[in-house]
Amino acid sequence: MSAKVTLTIDEKEIRAANGDILLWTALENGIYIPNLCAVKEREMPAASCRLCFVEVEGKKKPVTACTQPVAEGMVVNTRSPRVDRLVKTAFELLISDHRLGCSKCPKNKSCELQKIAKERGFRLKSKRLKRLPKKEYIDDSAELFIFDRSRCVLCERCVWMDRHVVNSGVLGFSRRGIERSVTTFMEKKLAQSPCAGKCGKCVEVCPVGALSFKDKSERENGSPEGP
Amino acid sequence: MSVSAKDSYQKLKTAAQEKVKSLNDRPVVWVGTATCGKAAGAVDVREFFKEEIEKRGLDVRVMEIGCMGHCYAEPLVIIAKPGHPRLCYGYLDEGLTRRLVQDFLEGDDPCYEFALVALDPNDFFPTFTDFPRGVYEKKIILEDCGFIDPESIDEYIARDGYEAVAGVLEMEPEEVLRQVKASTLRGRGGAGFPAGVKWEACRKAAEKTRYVICNADEGDPGAFMDRSILESNPHLVIEGMVICAYTVEAAQGYFYIRSEYPQAVRRVNNALEQARDKGLLGNNILGSGFNFDIEVFEGSGAFVCGEGSALVSSMEGEMGVPRHKPPRLTASGFRGKPTVLNNVKTFAYVPHILRKGVEWFKNTGTEKSPGTAVFTLVGKVTNQGLVEVPMGTTLRQLIFDVGESVPNEKEFKAVQIGGPSGGCLPESVLDTPIDFDSLYDAGAIMGSGGLVVLDEDDCMVAIARYFLEFTQQESCGRCTFCRLGTKHMLDILTAITRGEGEQGSLEILQELAEDVKNGSLCNLGGTAPNPVLTTLRYFGDEYEAHIKERRCPALMCTHLVAFYIIPQKCSKLCNACVGSCPTEAIYTRDDGLKAINQEKCVKCNSCLKACPPEYNAVVKLSPPELVEERERENNK
Repeated sequence: MSAKVTLTIDEKEIRAANGDILLWTALENGIYIPNLCAVKEREMPAASCRLCFVEVEGKKKPVTACTQPVAEGMVVNTRSPRVDRLVKTAFELLISDHRLGCSKCPKNKSCELQKIAKERGFRLKSKRLKRLPKKEYIDDSAELFIFDRSRCVLCERCVWMDRHVVNSGVLGFSRRGIERSVTTFMEKKLAQSPCAGKCGKCVEVCPVGALSFKDKSERENGSPEGP
Repeated sequence: MSVSAKDSYQKLKTAAQEKVKSLNDRPVVWVGTATCGKAAGAVDVREFFKEEIEKRGLDVRVMEIGCMGHCYAEPLVIIAKPGHPRLCYGYLDEGLTRRLVQDFLEGDDPCYEFALVALDPNDFFPTFTDFPRGVYEKKIILEDCGFIDPESIDEYIARDGYEAVAGVLEMEPEEVLRQVKASTLRGRGGAGFPAGVKWEACRKAAEKTRYVICNADEGDPGAFMDRSILESNPHLVIEGMVICAYTVEAAQGYFYIRSEYPQAVRRVNNALEQARDKGLLGNNILGSGFNFDIEVFEGSGAFVCGEGSALVSSMEGEMGVPRHKPPRLTASGFRGKPTVLNNVKTFAYVPHILRKGVEWFKNTGTEKSPGTAVFTLVGKVTNQGLVEVPMGTTLRQLIFDVGESVPNEKEFKAVQIGGPSGGCLPESVLDTPIDFDSLYDAGAIMGSGGLVVLDEDDCMVAIARYFLEFTQQESCGRCTFCRLGTKHMLDILTAITRGEGEQGSLEILQELAEDVKNGSLCNLGGTAPNPVLTTLRYFGDEYEAHIKERRCPALMCTHLVAFYIIPQKCSKLCNACVGSCPTEAIYTRDDGLKAINQEKCVKCNSCLKACPPEYNAVVKLSPPELVEERERENNK
């Protein structure tokens, strides 16, 4: 058992094990910090979604809570003008590239993006940024689930699950920059991949509607959902 | 220790000196064949020399050297003939080659009228120190570049090469570390992190398998310092790496060289082979019992792989994608082991510091940034090339004295320093001394040393767009800010350069730039907005002109300019522009003068170039609507 430390998050005193990651300490104590890419079991955090910024007293700039170990006497504020600005911009950036149409999305009401918008009072349409055109790519070949790339936020959770928990290595990334995408080897359909899309573990960790289970009728009739 | 490392070294050095001396008692022609020289035709020049010399049956050696930094005058040769000072000739072609062989090598006339500079003090011809550039330049790591054969270890050893290694091997690693720390040498990769502190962190790591990596993934547009050093004096860098490995007790090192540098890869591999042969690499270096070897890893050309964690990731066979730091590489680097990753230039200083002493090193430069700064001086500047000046030299001295100012009587506008991660600085801050901290305060960074001079014809919005396009394309795409933020910024800039900028675009651009800078995962994203932020800060009026007046003040943004032939200047007797136009947009008016059909014009600039200087009738106008206005005025 590692030693306990006491820290303050938003004026609430909290006990945690030394070396615990701030994001999880906060979440487990009922303090919400927006996040998409964090996976508690993951050894090296992806830190790629850039949504979990917080202020730690004594640090010059806001830090990402998913990479910050707690320490004795640490004073954390989950909100500040600087934090709010960064989180808002990161959110708007993600939304500008995310296919909306929530009412048709299988993750409607359980989507992490919706949750962040609700918690922080963000709108799902940015006034500031133009929408980026995104190529449609929907793979519904797998029996269990659908992969809709235009809803993907590149949080890396599915790839982590596939590579480090399931150990199948079917999913990975290809290309770089704005073209970066989750893909199978040589962009084969999931049904043709070694896993044949049968385990569905990757779907369980997707925070948005990019990977979603088919319901019963879809499984029988193929995908009804068009763009 | 059975044999002293210094004794082993002394034997090597004596043999090398004898060998070099025996070769140099007859005339030698050294041809500069670094990539810059080859691009200018150095290979042909070398072959001409060989042919001419053979034809005349002369006993002259033709050898290759690297780059001495005077890239504007390539192809360059140095001719050493007993009885004369060594002389350097530039702008070589077939004719000059024949002349030099005939008159100087066969005859005895050194053809001073074609010489650029003499390398040895003499009574006949000026040396480097007699030129303004020579006054400001102080060469430490470029000292031997362009003056020794990079493919011969003997030339390097004969000039005290590897002496520092021999000395270090008889010291305790702690003492070496103490000296490197005391020198306050700062890493030359861009951020200026103290090398000694980095080495110490690696040395202190619990894990005993450690690595030393040289970062030669130089990717900034317009920067080629690292390439030149590796092509011109690879042993200097190898020596620095051996010293580092001894200090941090590493047994394996790597050169991470981008594969776009085939000549650097070849010369480094050749140098490694020679160093192994001499017992300066591999097992039991100089009989000291210390083992260390180096391999070359060729990067595949992703800019982001210059970032430490991405570089290591790509060496491990993964995608070249950065990760969150800490842990720093000194704690968990290549294969999860403690790793020292330093830039080519950082390693190149190390042998000098160990050989000549900490105080000697600190005598040059400023207190917080000791030593020299190496720049590739390019763009609108007369003396392009590789320069090395003491830290603390001002930008003004570097551009106007060392670079001999802007050519073609154009006006200086800005200097882009530090590559795509750096910034554009205007005339008003040219008195900033060159050191890590002052440049950072001015909004730029030292970067790895690219320095592009811009003149009145360069549009700052287009320049910012150019650099941002580069980083946007090179972004790995992992984190939100860099992947999407740079894309939105680029879209805004593209719109502005096309005259489609909207009210409020600049505020959004500024906000995004600041957020991308503060929010990105790694330093690629963290510095990518710098060109935008600095141009907004120093050249805000140019942005305003693009948006509010649809006018490009530098007449560079093609969407915002139109070509116009001034009737008062045009001549009936001349047809030059008509033939030059690829789209037949130029027609002859009833009065015999020429005019441009704007509908057909593709703004290729050909007519402006074709118009003879005695007329100079073709001009660019911005905003393009000015053409109609002018035409109306002329028809009145």
